Amino acid sequence: MPLYHNEDQAMLADTAAGFMAEEGNIAKQLRHWRDRNCKDGFGHGFWKQMAEMGFTGMLVDEADGGLGMGHVEAGIVLEEIGRNLTPSPFLTSSVLAATALKAGSDDLKGRYLPGLIAGDAVFAVAIDETAKHRPSRIATRAEKSGNGFRLTGSKSFVIHGGSADMIVVAARTSGSDEDADGITLFAVPKDAAGMSHDSVRLVDSSMATHTKFDGVELDGDAVIGEIDGGRVVLEAMLLAGRVGAAAEGVGVARGAMDMTVDYLKQRKQFGKLIGEFQALQHRASHLYSEVEIARAVTIKAQQLLDAGSEQADLMASVAKAKVARAARLAVQEGVQLHGGIGMTDEYDIGLYMKRDRALAEFLGDAFFHANRVAQLSGY
Amino acid sequence: MSDLETFRAETRAWLEANCPPEMREPVRDDEDVYWGGRRATFKNAAQKAWFEACVAKGYTVPAWPKEYGGAGLSPAEAKVLREEMSRINARPPLSSFGIWMLGPALLQFGTEGQKARFLNEIARGEIRWCQGYSEPGSGSDLVSLQTFGEDEGDHWVVNGQKIWTSYADQADWIFCLVRTDKNDKYKGITFMLYDMASEGVTTKPILLISGNSPFCETFFDNVKVPKSYGEDCPAYVGEVNRGWDVAKYLLGHEREMISGAGGGERSAAIGAMMKRHAAKLGDDLDPVLRAELAMFDVDALAYTAMGEKFLDEIKVGKAHPAQPNMMKYVGTELNKRRHELMMAVGGSRSLEWESEETGGGKPARGWLRTKANSIEGGTSEVMLNVISKRILDLPGA
Repeated sequence: MPLYHNEDQAMLADTAAGFMAEEGNIAKQLRHWRDRNCKDGFGHGFWKQMAEMGFTGMLVDEADGGLGMGHVEAGIVLEEIGRNLTPSPFLTSSVLAATALKAGSDDLKGRYLPGLIAGDAVFAVAIDETAKHRPSRIATRAEKSGNGFRLTGSKSFVIHGGSADMIVVAARTSGSDEDADGITLFAVPKDAAGMSHDSVRLVDSSMATHTKFDGVELDGDAVIGEIDGGRVVLEAMLLAGRVGAAAEGVGVARGAMDMTVDYLKQRKQFGKLIGEFQALQHRASHLYSEVEIARAVTIKAQQLLDAGSEQADLMASVAKAKVARAARLAVQEGVQLHGGIGMTDEYDIGLYMKRDRALAEFLGDAFFHANRVAQLSGY
Repeated sequence: MSDLETFRAETRAWLEANCPPEMREPVRDDEDVYWGGRRATFKNAAQKAWFEACVAKGYTVPAWPKEYGGAGLSPAEAKVLREEMSRINARPPLSSFGIWMLGPALLQFGTEGQKARFLNEIARGEIRWCQGYSEPGSGSDLVSLQTFGEDEGDHWVVNGQKIWTSYADQADWIFCLVRTDKNDKYKGITFMLYDMASEGVTTKPILLISGNSPFCETFFDNVKVPKSYGEDCPAYVGEVNRGWDVAKYLLGHEREMISGAGGGERSAAIGAMMKRHAAKLGDDLDPVLRAELAMFDVDALAYTAMGEKFLDEIKVGKAHPAQPNMMKYVGTELNKRRHELMMAVGGSRSLEWESEETGGGKPARGWLRTKANSIEGGTSEVMLNVISKRILDLPGA
């Protein structure tokens, strides 16, 4: 498969770019909700609009009422979300939770997917338990209780946890904290007794929760996939999420880069456009190179994932790490080359820096994934 | 089975039957590379057999038309052949600047007579070409070149000096940028083709920091270059005084080549190999070195994907025409980093300059050789200038 978008994908990219620039832009969404101190950090009306565009259920199988598209297509939408810093539950709901639900029972699918596809429901995922992404270590426990389970423990960095109608929770049903086996995934509904959220606003104005499970009683049919065999569902969900987060990161990087290159063509100092200075030209050209490469490997990872290739796992980590570094470079050069105004809240470039920080941390930063590349390569 | 799958099966069978096991080993030294030419000798029977089988099949230049010695493969078929060759680690049957540089220029700008003669000679490995571009005073600013061809009616008399001419001392013919109009900087250069055995041509190898001499100084002292080699076969490519157009086109190709965009050794990850190498030396990777290797592998694997994307886009005309400059910039900087890391893993062993264990100082010499990657064929700084101007459209670039 050639490493560029086919005709349908190019058309989708045009549609998504137009829609996000028009409806999902920074003034209309990110600043609008931030400045109103919105407790959700995004607009439910906009989520409904995304549903009308057919985006919310794009990864859901056609048999389940979705569009049955792949990660290249989801990546196209995510890149535009990144470019516009659009706050939405797309990544957690339509990519992560939707991927987990593929392993769910018909009953679970019937309960949750129609709401997602219609843009009425929002989902979150609860994986991390410490300040860093350590999915190999899961201490939250779910113990057998009658026909169901009792969930006890706590999770952090649950993006959209406070506004989620359902949270996918990875918990331990057997074994010790570090064991690969003995994990089970649960679809926990928002009104579950004993679940409490401590909502926090993050640096990029997104909302996350520290979520406590204090003996939460769950029916057996809340289980996604196999009891004790949740690791495989968790890995599939993380893989999809990492490739998706990489695509969003590419959008953040490209947005910041384009804004910065434009600025070099407008700002005058010493009687010249600052873009005439070779020192700045070379920095911009180096940045361009890194961002292009980050985008290429992200598309590669999307294609491998869609093809069901064994290499997808390695390439997802390469992409997540590469994008994290390229986007970091883009936002740092962005603020520096904007000079003083780059430090002001009024200019958008600083918003890119904040979003990059939060997005890179989500599902593992560049260090986590570079280390993973080494491990998967055998060193 | 689709046509392409049939082709893959056939290719696999053909390679199995025709590529000797010795030709599936990694290239260890210069003798393992067959360059062709009047004075060429084969290192062994396997090298000869592999070369001859490929010539007969058109596989020294698989994508060139059959009438010029190629196999007439479509881009998709050529990619399948590349993949199948790389699957069994088959060595290239023939390496030459004729294949990489002059051939593409002739295919683009050559006359029928030139293509019929020169392309076939290249495909069969009969003539080894070298490239006469840089001069002592014209490096990054190549267009300022001074080597001059005086028009004497049916021939030119060429005087001047080239530098960094790769393997000029072993080449049979040269494709050379010669000024034919001193009044027009860009439209005063002719892309000439002539025999290195002509009277007045001398070459002098340049000893590099690696201790090797792949490059030469080349001197032209009243060299008589006929304007034509027969019917429809002029001694220049394109038009007289318009050689810069050809040169620019070729620089694109050269940059692509040096960038290693085609994948292979340069762009691959090295961490696992380095861990084994360290183990062989009785050592383990320092944690910080391991971390740097991991970051390198991220960059190298991402760059490999970029190379694949770039080649896919070139095939359908989607790539930005200045993109080879980006590939060259990143590919060469990555290769330098790669050798820095390999030297670090090798420790004091990699410092040895002549020992048998290092194959005559291969790690150190190879490391030093890579420093030229970001200089030859346009420096990294020139590449960044070109990206600024042609891709980012920055003012005054």
